[in-house]
Amino acid sequence: MSFISYLINGISLGSVYAIIALGYTMVYGIAKMLNFAHGDVIMVGAYVVMTAIASAGMSPLAAVLLSIVFCTVLGVVIESVAYRPLLNASSSLAVLITAIGVSYLLQNLALLIFGANTKSFASVVPVPALILAGGSLTIAGETIVTIISCVIIMIGLTLFIKRSKAGQAMLAVSEDKGAAQLMGINVNGTIALTFAIGSALAAVAGVLLCSAYPSLSPYTGAMPGIKAFVAAVFGGIGSIPGALIGGILLGVIEIFGKAYISSQMADAIVFGVLIVVLIVKPTGILGKNIQEKV
Amino acid sequence: MKKTMSKTTRSNLITYLMVAVIFGIVQVMVSTGNLSSLLQGLLVPLCAYVILAVSLNLTVGILGELSLGHAGFMCVGAFTSAFFSKCMVDTITVAGVRYLIALLIGAAAAGLCGILIGIPVLRLKGDYLAIVTLAFGEIIKNIVNILFIGRDSKGFHFSTKDSMSLGLEDGGMVIVNGPQGITGTPKDSTFVIGVVLILITLFVVLNLMHSRSGRAIMAIRDNRIAAESVGINITKYKLMAFSISASLAGVAGVIYAHNLATLTAQPKNFGYNMSIMILVFVVLGGIGNMRGSIIAAIILTLLPELLRGLSDYRMLIYAVVLILMMLFNWSPKAIEWREKHFAKFRRKNNESTKEAA
Repeated sequence: MSFISYLINGISLGSVYAIIALGYTMVYGIAKMLNFAHGDVIMVGAYVVMTAIASAGMSPLAAVLLSIVFCTVLGVVIESVAYRPLLNASSSLAVLITAIGVSYLLQNLALLIFGANTKSFASVVPVPALILAGGSLTIAGETIVTIISCVIIMIGLTLFIKRSKAGQAMLAVSEDKGAAQLMGINVNGTIALTFAIGSALAAVAGVLLCSAYPSLSPYTGAMPGIKAFVAAVFGGIGSIPGALIGGILLGVIEIFGKAYISSQMADAIVFGVLIVVLIVKPTGILGKNIQEKV
Repeated sequence: MKKTMSKTTRSNLITYLMVAVIFGIVQVMVSTGNLSSLLQGLLVPLCAYVILAVSLNLTVGILGELSLGHAGFMCVGAFTSAFFSKCMVDTITVAGVRYLIALLIGAAAAGLCGILIGIPVLRLKGDYLAIVTLAFGEIIKNIVNILFIGRDSKGFHFSTKDSMSLGLEDGGMVIVNGPQGITGTPKDSTFVIGVVLILITLFVVLNLMHSRSGRAIMAIRDNRIAAESVGINITKYKLMAFSISASLAGVAGVIYAHNLATLTAQPKNFGYNMSIMILVFVVLGGIGNMRGSIIAAIILTLLPELLRGLSDYRMLIYAVVLILMMLFNWSPKAIEWREKHFAKFRRKNNESTKEAA
């Protein structure tokens, strides 16, 4: 039974990684940049929920919605102030370093406002735990909600990209920016929309992550951010189903590694598997292999 | 031809001279007591950071590959050399000789790691390569944290559990103590040694850049397929640049380790945060520009200390300064604005160089 319980926990953690990885993958697909500040948006989202419930006395649902709106605005502001001027810079590393600067900025702002202490985060999930198989298997309410939200987000996002005009515009911009502009697509607007969606997803991920692992500090977002980035690369960066597969595989490997091999080595195992996958399949599991032409 | 040669030589000389002048200024400030003890304590790590920045610039600027695991190589160099120094502290009593051997061991171990990691990693491209180097850096840090090595009369004992399971005899000594790291490394690093090593690093990197091999490496960076078609052995030169860069990072690790009483592998000093910080030095200083790397490393290391008066706000200001500097340096609009407003100076410079020629 413990195997199934680990598996479910792994899928739950993986779902959070997948939701974060979506933000990475979409931004990478469209702007060809690694948004290192993405992990810190998760942390901001969680702090907003915590403050809204504790100080303003809002209901959990309203707090989550507020957090999503806040992070969406934050994402768009970051994009327009810090990233947009550099998207056409001569080196793609410039915007990467700016993203690192934004990451430091968010962490230190949170440090100033909320202090360095780790705060306990009260779960916002009202679903009771599910007890199966005569009490030998307990699935926490947070786990159920996380997995269901991940499925809903995946379906919603796929439909959005396949069916809506804005989604098609995103595909077009990620394929060829110049050609998309010639077809009358507002490239800057589309990029801003991508950041908005990614940041909104980060807020959701932050709430889910902190509900499942109830502690929050200014550095909470950093490691899940890196792991989700690994998940995005794992599945093939730029691919939405890839983010789902990469995230869930990563979560399951991490939980199994912790449970069966060594809790200290869990991170090393995750990264080790990543290396093996990339050496066998250099563009990730679902990544497109682009042929080089001379 | 002769003119371009002398130009590179002059540029190199300026770089060496700059290091020497900074060294001189610091020495004067120390002897006149104008340097706070806090900043004095920062001098040796600063040397390590400068070497790291220059060596990473070899990978990023000259080889053109983004590496996010540079701190991992530093970690290898630091731990192997500290291990050696701690074992030999009673056998080799002359600090200079011991330090020299430790340096060679640290550099060789890190370089070997660079080759081992480079063989699979350098087949990948772009961001995939970056993420795999990041993964290797984290794995190295993780392994060091679970490694326990002890020594008694029977020889060395290894364990990955804890120091008790080493099964040491009475009088045996735990050398590497897992998360507690290595305690009691002789503090042999000094600012003078650090500066000498910076100069040696610069000598290695600048000479490599202007050698036949260096030109081959840069040809691969600029166009891999074209380089391959004129018969350049891609794997060989990529590995060469990567492993030299790794072993120089190992040298930085040796300096770093021999400046600390207790060497532990934490996310702060050997994790991806550190790798990213080194990358910030490189990009801010100018990709492929060694002099810029040195200046950026010095400024960004000293900035948080100089802002210490602002206490809680210092890292916030650091972040804002970093973002603004990047926007000012790299944004196409800012470059255009700069060219418009600084065109006068540039024209004057050109005229004066013409006159000089």
